[in-house]
Amino acid sequence: MEKLLVIMQEIKPGVDFKKENNLIENCILDSLDIVTLVTEICDEYDIEITPLDVVPENFQSAETIYKLITRLQNED
Amino acid sequence: MKNVLEYLESSTISFPNKVAFTDENSSITYKNFTKQAKAIGSYLSKLQVKSSPIAVYMDKSIENLEAFIGVVYSGNFYVVIDSQMPTDRINTIFKTLSPIAVITDQKCEEKAKLLEFDGQLFLFEDAMNADVDEAKLKAIRAKSIDTDLLYALFTSGSTGIPKGAVICHKSVITYTEWVKEAFNIDETTVFGNQTPLYFSMSVLDIFSTIRNAATLHIIPKKLFSFPVKLLEYMNERKINTIYWVPSALCIIANWKALDYVPLPFLNKVLFAGEVMPTKQLNYWISHIPKALFANLYGPTEITDICTYYIVNRKFSDDEPLPIGNACNNCDVMVINNDGKEAKLGEEGELCVRGSFLASGYYNNPQKTAESFIQNPINPYYPELIYKTGDLVKYNDLGELLYITRKDFQIKHMGYRIELGEIEIAASSLEKIAACACIYDERQDKIVLIYEGHGLNNQTIIDGIKYKIPNYMHPNKYIHVKQMPHNQNGKIDRVWLKNNYQTIDK
Repeated sequence: MEKLLVIMQEIKPGVDFKKENNLIENCILDSLDIVTLVTEICDEYDIEITPLDVVPENFQSAETIYKLITRLQNED
Repeated sequence: MKNVLEYLESSTISFPNKVAFTDENSSITYKNFTKQAKAIGSYLSKLQVKSSPIAVYMDKSIENLEAFIGVVYSGNFYVVIDSQMPTDRINTIFKTLSPIAVITDQKCEEKAKLLEFDGQLFLFEDAMNADVDEAKLKAIRAKSIDTDLLYALFTSGSTGIPKGAVICHKSVITYTEWVKEAFNIDETTVFGNQTPLYFSMSVLDIFSTIRNAATLHIIPKKLFSFPVKLLEYMNERKINTIYWVPSALCIIANWKALDYVPLPFLNKVLFAGEVMPTKQLNYWISHIPKALFANLYGPTEITDICTYYIVNRKFSDDEPLPIGNACNNCDVMVINNDGKEAKLGEEGELCVRGSFLASGYYNNPQKTAESFIQNPINPYYPELIYKTGDLVKYNDLGELLYITRKDFQIKHMGYRIELGEIEIAASSLEKIAACACIYDERQDKIVLIYEGHGLNNQTIIDGIKYKIPNYMHPNKYIHVKQMPHNQNGKIDRVWLKNNYQTIDK
C-alpha cells in the first residue's frame, strides 16, 4: 500500500491519497493520469491491467486500487 | 437565410419531439430546447442592447447550450468562458471584452461573483423561467443581418494575452452547409461530442445538429478515463458520428479498447486540432474498416476548418496524413516568402479566403491587421485573407501536406528543420504513446519529449536513425510519464518549451 501511495503522489503531488475516496467525481485524476497510473502499477507490481478493469469502481481511492492490485496478483 | 436560428426553428417544426441534446443527466427535445432558448432570449432582451457581448460562464451541459442560443435570440453574441478557467485569466479577457452581461448558474455563481466587469450578472435559473415575448423576438430578428456576430472564442495568443476571434452568422451558415454536404449529415446523424464548448471544433457538433435535426450527446469528460465505459456509453446511445481531437482517439487506441468493445454504430470518425498519429489511426481503421475517416484542418479564425482529407488509401505508421483540399465554398492559397503563390511542391504559408473567415479579433485592431490582410494576389478591390501561420505544400497527388507551424521551422547547424517531421518519425516507433519536439533557440538544442512504457533514450535513437537524417536527430531526449496537455486537450508545446529543463531528471 505504501508503494502505491508513493506512485500516486508522484503523479499528482499535493493530494492526500490516504483520505481521498472520490478521485474520479472530484476530478483529481483525469484520463491521462489514469493511463500513467496504470502503467506505473503494472510495472511496479508486475501485473497486467486490461481495459476491462479500468472502471470507476476500481479507481475511487487508493484503497480500491490496492484491492484491484491484490486481486490481480492472486489471479496470476 | 441570415440567422442560425432559422436552422433551429426549421428542425423544430419538422421534428418537435425528437431529442436534440443530451448530457449525462438529462435530455431535451427540439420543441423544449427552442422554448427555453426563447425564454432566455426574452429575458436578456430587457437589456435593450444588440450586437453586444454576453459571456456564458457555466459547466458544459444542455443548459449551457440553451444559454448560447438564448443570447442569439436576444440579438447579441455569446462568449464562451470555460468554467474551470482561472479567474485572473477571465478578468484579462473581460478587459478586452467588456461584456454587457454574464450568464451563470447557481453552481458557478460564487465563482462568477469574483469576476471583474461592469455589466450585469444574470442567473440562468431566472432567465429560463422568463415568459417568451414572441413579438419582441420577432422585432429583434427583423433587424438582424448575416454579418452580425454569433459568438466569440478566446484563444491564447503567443504573447500570453488571449485574442477573441469573433464569428458571424454567415460564417457558421456557410461552414455548416459545407459540413452537411461533405459528410452527408442528416436527421439520422447521432453525434458524440468530446470537444469543450470553448473550442472551435464544437461549432461543428452544435450547428450541424440543429441544421439537420440530428441528435448530439455530450459525452461526460470523466468517461475518457475509462475506455470500456466510454465505448459502452457510445453504443447505448447509438452514436454514429464523432469529431474528436486526436489525443482522445489515441486514448482508445493506446488502451486497445476496441479489442474489448466494438462500436457497431459508428460510421464517421472525423478529427482535427492537432496532427493525428498514423499508428493510432491505423488501429481505429483496422477495427472499423467500413467507417469514413477524415482529417480536418483549420484554426478558430476561419470558423473551424478550411481543408479536409477523407482517408482513401493505406498509410504506413510513419507516413503523415495529408490535410487534403479546400472545403467547398472556401479557398486556400499557398503563399511563399515573396508574397506570391507557391509553385507545385514549393512550401509556403497557408492562407484562406471566403466566408468562413472570422470578422477579426474583438477590440484588437492591431492583431486583426497582422493576421487578416489584403489578398496579395488581388490588388484590385478589398478582399481579406487569413494567414494561418502554418507551412504547407502540395504533394504529387495535389493534396496539401501540413509541414509545421511557421514558428516551428527552425535553423539548426545550417539546416532547415521541421520539428513536425521529427515527431512523425518518433511517434511511428512501437511503444511510443505520444511525443513532442521543441527547439531551444538559446542553447541551439532540439529536444524530444516522449511518453511510452518500456522505452529509453537508446530505443528512440536506434529507432529514428533509419527514418530521419543525422542533422535532424534531437540533441536531448526526455522520457516523461505523462505529456502535459493544454485546456483544449492538445499537447502543450508552449509549456514544454519553457519548462522542459524542470522535467528532465
